[in-house]
Amino acid sequence: MKASSKIVPQKISKADSMPKHFEASFANRFSKDENNQYIIAQQYIIEAITCLQIEDNFSILLDITAIDYLTCKHECPSRFALVYILRDTSFLQTVRIKTYLHDAKLEIQSISSLFAIANWAEREVWDQYGICFTNHPNLKRMLNHKEFIGHPLRKDYPITQGQFCTKTDDLMDEMIPKLENKGFTSHEDLMFLNLGPAHPASHGTIRTFCALEGETIISAVAEIGYLHRGFEKSCENHTYNQIIPYTDRLNYCSAILNNIAFAHTVEGMLGVSVPQRAQFIRVLIGELSRIIDHLVCLAANLVDMGALTNYWYLFNPREAVYDLLSKLTGARLTNSYMRIGGMAHDLYDGFNEDLQECIKQIQNGVADTLSLIEHNRIFHDRTQDVGVIKAEKALNLGLSGPNLRASGIAYDIRKTAPYYNYESFDFDIAIGSVGDVYDRMMVRFEEIRQSIRIINQAMKQIPQGPILVADNAISLPDKKDVYGNIEGLMNQFKLIYEGVKVPAMEYYNAIEGANGELGFYIISDGSGTPYKVKVRPPCFPAMAAYADIIEGGMIADAVLTLGSLNIVAGELDR
Amino acid sequence: MAVGAEAIFGDSVITTKLDNAISWARESSMWPYIFGTACCAIEFMSVASSKYDISRFGAEVVRFSPRQADLMIVAGTISYKQGPILKRIYDQMSEPKWVISMGACACSGGFYDNYTTMQGIDAIIPVDVYVAGCPPRPEGILDALMKIQEIQKNESIIKDRTTKNFKGRLDA
Ligand code: SF4
Repeated sequence: MKASSKIVPQKISKADSMPKHFEASFANRFSKDENNQYIIAQQYIIEAITCLQIEDNFSILLDITAIDYLTCKHECPSRFALVYILRDTSFLQTVRIKTYLHDAKLEIQSISSLFAIANWAEREVWDQYGICFTNHPNLKRMLNHKEFIGHPLRKDYPITQGQFCTKTDDLMDEMIPKLENKGFTSHEDLMFLNLGPAHPASHGTIRTFCALEGETIISAVAEIGYLHRGFEKSCENHTYNQIIPYTDRLNYCSAILNNIAFAHTVEGMLGVSVPQRAQFIRVLIGELSRIIDHLVCLAANLVDMGALTNYWYLFNPREAVYDLLSKLTGARLTNSYMRIGGMAHDLYDGFNEDLQECIKQIQNGVADTLSLIEHNRIFHDRTQDVGVIKAEKALNLGLSGPNLRASGIAYDIRKTAPYYNYESFDFDIAIGSVGDVYDRMMVRFEEIRQSIRIINQAMKQIPQGPILVADNAISLPDKKDVYGNIEGLMNQFKLIYEGVKVPAMEYYNAIEGANGELGFYIISDGSGTPYKVKVRPPCFPAMAAYADIIEGGMIADAVLTLGSLNIVAGELDR
Repeated sequence: MAVGAEAIFGDSVITTKLDNAISWARESSMWPYIFGTACCAIEFMSVASSKYDISRFGAEVVRFSPRQADLMIVAGTISYKQGPILKRIYDQMSEPKWVISMGACACSGGFYDNYTTMQGIDAIIPVDVYVAGCPPRPEGILDALMKIQEIQKNESIIKDRTTKNFKGRLDA
């Protein structure tokens, strides 16, 4: 790991980074809606996205999702629309392209030839909404099982209608063409092996189906969806605050960061920002969550390579943080600490002392671990030049967070689009130079140090004051008002039953999660329940690329590569 | 006070029933297989690490092959897609075997009452002990382990376990 990089995001002014070429060449073929989204007719989609990608440098595809307007209160040109979210290479500008689909024929051209990640993203849209992508190489189910009938995110699919699955997909339909591409016409000499979905090194429920020659992986196919829990559908029948516990369980290694990402997005829709003290608490607890996320990732990664002692060194400090979090929030793992407009309650007396104790333990754990591995030949041999992702490729794949930084790209939303006063904290972005397992691990070690720096600064500067937005349409009233007067009681009642009313709009926002860009695309119809929620999980692109990365390597290396990408099934499958 | 042959050997020999001896051996050395899928599996990591230390109950030899394990701990949400795999792994464990269903999701689907989540693993495999919580605290798992030991105490090696007759949704 070095402290220099080849590609550094340039600071450019907002006006420069508007998609100028796109606006010029599509001058009379697009319109802009009230949500600042470009509306394009579906026949121009490939042309428009190519133009954005090549001429305007929007070369990162963040997400593709569909919207079903069936039960929408206002008039819509058609039932289904598709939304493409793109980001430019300066990382400062995001555009959304929206296209309404002809109801008669739910079909659109695939953009999987332009972006690698589109392959999986489009498969997911097909699976959940039943929209066909022509010219897609492999349009099949992604999150739901093979025997599933229907498309669950359509508004007319009943949420509780489960369907038993009797047989697992053998994945040969994907494996054989892949092998043929590599020149294997017969596969009698190959051995087929499933890594996962129930495998100790598969980090939950990831399945990788490999064709082996000896111990070398000739070809691999990944399958996800084993932990698909219907997060997005569940959001559609809960109020905004009720969704907070669901967000805990996306990336359960750093539950609070998910809380923050969701609350932050909804607050953006409401047009409010939380009081200063609340912002500082979010920074403090958010960074602590980032640390414990990295601790689990590193501990598991080290166990995978046989370094069990380090697991105890790294997991015990996590245990100390659990104690602090349960004192603060009442729960060890799934904290649900944030609320729309602030948080459940303030820090407790003596929080700082507990925090300092945690930090001491974390520093000791990290130091002990590093003293065992930093100059350890076995560790170096196992991790260096293994699972390499080059900078250019990492960008094309849509990676973000520590995985992207390990490839040498200093992109961190806390720096490029600072929120919660991140611009005022003194901290560095850790970057790698090679993009191998070693860099990904070392970047995480360094990020733990940087997060501690941020925590220390935040703890010194944290102001006194309220922790909730002073608006009784958003925050629950004081208990003494609820029990003491009728206005307070009514206020509480309405907020609990109807939820926080969010103005009708379509909105995307993201924060720097432990794993990278954790974004939410939310559609509100003005009521207390979102019309649609789409998560942009940071490990989805990493997982989409994983099968190709491990080809040509050994099985043991594949295990380390998976661990170092920190794939968390909860946020991957949602 | 021992009588007969026992009295001759004094303290050097203990007589007991075969059932008791075997149950005692089993309960002090369970080999768990962790079917961990989600958040609950992270909590299980705590159960296994130093603070809660499952080895105090003789169950720290976590096996990664179902064929070597006699206690399955299902930790996490089981989706319909995961169902056949859970069933297959359960079938691969040899008798006698016990199952702990850890957390709201495994027990009942938890707050995922939706199209993709199995509403309780007992639709496909038999469960001996259910642990509430989302996730349960580590103490809850240790308690469940002790409950399993309790069950084992009262079992006999010549009688089939009742769960052998279980017929689930995925049984042909
Ligand atoms: S019971 Fe709760 S903690 Fe456990 S897997 Fe389900 S959602 Fe996660």
